[in-house]
Amino acid sequence: MSIQVEHVTKRFGTFTVLDDVTLRVEAGELVALLGPSGCGKTTLLRILAGLERPDQGRIFLHGAEVTDQRITERRVGFVFQHYALFRHMTVAENVAFGLTVQPRAQRPSATRIQEKVRELLTLVQLQAMADRYPSQLSGGQRQRVALARALAVEPKLLLLDEPFGALDAKVRKELRRWLRRLHDELHITGILVTHDQEEALEAADRVVVMHQGHVEQIGTPDDVYEHPASPFVYQFLGDVNVFHGRTVQERTLADIPPLPEVDSVVSADVMDEHEVTFVRPHDLEVNRSRTNPSQLEATVRYVLTAGSRVRLELTAEDSGQTIEVELTKERYRELNLREGEVVFVHPRHRQVFKIPQS
Amino acid sequence: MNTSIIAAGKDLQWKDSLTTESSLVRRLLIAAAFLYLTLFLFVPLVAIFSEALKHGLSGYIESFFNEDALAAIRLTLLVAAVAVPLNAVFGVAAAWAIAKFEFVGKQALITLIDMPLAVSPVIAGLIYVLLFGAQGWLGTWLAEHDIKIIFALPGIVLATIFVTVPFVARELIPLMQSQGREEEEAAITLGASGWQMFRRVTLPNIKWSLLYGVILCNARAMGEFGAVSVVSGHIRGLTNTMPLHVEILYNEYNAVSAFAVASLLTLLAIVTLSAKVLIERKTASPDRLKSRR
Amino acid sequence: MRFVLKQPSVLPGFGLTLGCALFYFSLIVLIPLSGLFMKTSTLSWEQFWDIVVNPRAIASYQLTFGASLVGALINGIFGAVIAWVLVRYRFPGRSLVDALVDLPFALPTAVAGITLTAIYASNGWIGRYLEPLGIKVAFTPLGVLVALTFIGLPFVVRTVQPVLQDLDQEVEEAATTLGANRWQTFRTVIVPELWPALLTGMAMAFARAVGEYGSVIFIAGNMPLKSEITPLLIMTKLEQYDYSGATALGIVMLVASFVLALAINLLQWWSSARHMHQ
Repeated sequence: MSIQVEHVTKRFGTFTVLDDVTLRVEAGELVALLGPSGCGKTTLLRILAGLERPDQGRIFLHGAEVTDQRITERRVGFVFQHYALFRHMTVAENVAFGLTVQPRAQRPSATRIQEKVRELLTLVQLQAMADRYPSQLSGGQRQRVALARALAVEPKLLLLDEPFGALDAKVRKELRRWLRRLHDELHITGILVTHDQEEALEAADRVVVMHQGHVEQIGTPDDVYEHPASPFVYQFLGDVNVFHGRTVQERTLADIPPLPEVDSVVSADVMDEHEVTFVRPHDLEVNRSRTNPSQLEATVRYVLTAGSRVRLELTAEDSGQTIEVELTKERYRELNLREGEVVFVHPRHRQVFKIPQS
Repeated sequence: MNTSIIAAGKDLQWKDSLTTESSLVRRLLIAAAFLYLTLFLFVPLVAIFSEALKHGLSGYIESFFNEDALAAIRLTLLVAAVAVPLNAVFGVAAAWAIAKFEFVGKQALITLIDMPLAVSPVIAGLIYVLLFGAQGWLGTWLAEHDIKIIFALPGIVLATIFVTVPFVARELIPLMQSQGREEEEAAITLGASGWQMFRRVTLPNIKWSLLYGVILCNARAMGEFGAVSVVSGHIRGLTNTMPLHVEILYNEYNAVSAFAVASLLTLLAIVTLSAKVLIERKTASPDRLKSRR
Repeated sequence: MRFVLKQPSVLPGFGLTLGCALFYFSLIVLIPLSGLFMKTSTLSWEQFWDIVVNPRAIASYQLTFGASLVGALINGIFGAVIAWVLVRYRFPGRSLVDALVDLPFALPTAVAGITLTAIYASNGWIGRYLEPLGIKVAFTPLGVLVALTFIGLPFVVRTVQPVLQDLDQEVEEAATTLGANRWQTFRTVIVPELWPALLTGMAMAFARAVGEYGSVIFIAGNMPLKSEITPLLIMTKLEQYDYSGATALGIVMLVASFVLALAINLLQWWSSARHMHQ
């Protein structure tokens, strides 16, 4: 089922949570709403579910407007952030709930419900837990019960609110891969809210980056990671070095590595704009000697070896700015760097944004 | 008692010696607590049953088997049977609205519900006398239509409802607020109707607190003295509840019977306290759900 | 945007339950209580004032509020000790004591009244030991104090206990590692934490005692100007069909109750605001 959100605005009191949000999700897609807390992503999800009403704008599900439709008529599955499992019911009773509350005429027979519950519990790999209570399950298991419960009513749309937010790192990773595989099997349209960029990039077909009630960028995970549309997206998706400058013309300004090969300049070339250059730590090339006049001279302050990567903290000679660099172990060994030594850095890849002077 | 305090003290000695008191201070504090509770709780509790059984078991039982005592018991049960269900149903309704929704005037409603707790029981009776009494606002109209409220059953029921009206709602509101809306919202997203949601999700989650609220409400309803005293008129065998019957017997120097009836009310209080302990255990223990099966 | 009376929600039953609650609580509580104020308005100010400052009334206020205050102070001290002992120490009978603390709340006041009278009378279990010392409790103002202390007992214990339970013992350990002795830790770390709850509990005990009737009238002796509490004076006026007199005194009591309820709310707000910042 496709989803269309048109110019949706939502305020709580004087605070605007969603400001003229428009987006489209194709049938069968798994889309992640990504953003820091307070960006409006959960509110948007709740509006799609029918748990909240937008102040302005319209919602279409499968081409039909549902803005004023009650939640029960929308046939959406909703997985709550804290699972909202019924604590007094067993796992099986939780999963069966949506079926047992159907009007008698539509309700499947008791044996059919049992069968269905068994199928769903097999799907989420919890067959053995059918008679347990939520309090006896681990966080990851509860999450899967919540998912099975939402799927039981065969929704056309599955909405997940921070589904892995309360889990520890290892379980999160397992579950989101599992969710991805499950989605590939079921082909149900899904929207997932998360503040974890890794989760969004890994699980979703497309990512919607949100910030302060606005949509900053919509695109495939590669798209938003490789070609961020705004400084916010750049900074939100991974670590980044930020270099400030004043105008494009004055490239000689000490704090900009004056490089000819600029990858992308986003806004138009206008004088007297504040210019910001973004470079990811792993996009910085480090050399022991100057090979190129545009290289930046810096001193190694700290070397942090974490797992397969090595992180360097450098101080630029001219501006004193701290620069973060990420190297592979091999490159690090090759360079044989010590703290206090002088190196020359230049970006392989960077992006420049211009912000009008305020 | 002392030996086990010392034993517990040894256990604490090295582990917590920095964050607890010397064993002397500890013993003095426990002794002070016990002395105070003995004077104000234990002695009175023992005294009630001791006085009631002064003339032996037969004297005790005789106190109940007379017209007036039985009438008082019947009236008390009747009043509670009307007041408690009404307060329970409307208490649940109020708790639902207050705990699950945000609306203008919510604090005012909470204040209104709590008000009877702040008001003297004598005033609780007085307001109904002023409303329905012979000189009251509706007194003339009621007299014309031959409806008796004050010095009759309806007045007693009304005064009792007033005094016990906060208990169920107060027990439920904090619990329902802490449980949040998510489980109910989940039920709705899964297609449950309002009634299905309430019966299958809300009610099971609040049943123990609701039960305790009802038990407490019942204990206070059966034991209410001041408010009922004002509106009852003390008509023997007719408008005398058990607490009023206790007063009459006591004032007639029939201490044994007074304490016998009082002991019944005391048992009710003890049952209420036990229910509180049991329900607290039930709701606090983490594997309560396991024992359900 | 229209003025929002209620935040939208998908949960059903708001109109029904709020409607029922408003109807019921207005009928049972609001309308009867406002009847009291309406009745007062039929009195002239002079009439009202004469009743309210009558020497017998003044004496009853002094006894009611005085004994309630002393009772609250006694409960403040012993209630804090009991709460401390219940939370911090393990001793035989602890859970029984914990359960029995609520007895004054659950026991009908008339039962408490006759029982306390029987015990503290000159031939009673405790009274007979006080008599030779020249202390008469039953049928004196001291008896009023005993009854009001009894009914106020649970309040301080039950407000202090949860705060004490939630008190982070690491903070005490921190104080100790910084060189504070036990008494210093108690004074500078624990007492400031307990203080709002203790005051709230005392205010609640005081408020309850001010309105108390059943447990007092048996033990008080009810001598006008000497051992007569205000609720009893109202009762006496009612029995003499002096509705105006009863109403005027009722208003005094009611206003006092509201002021106390407001004070308690402020105290609770204060104590919860303190905890939010920590």
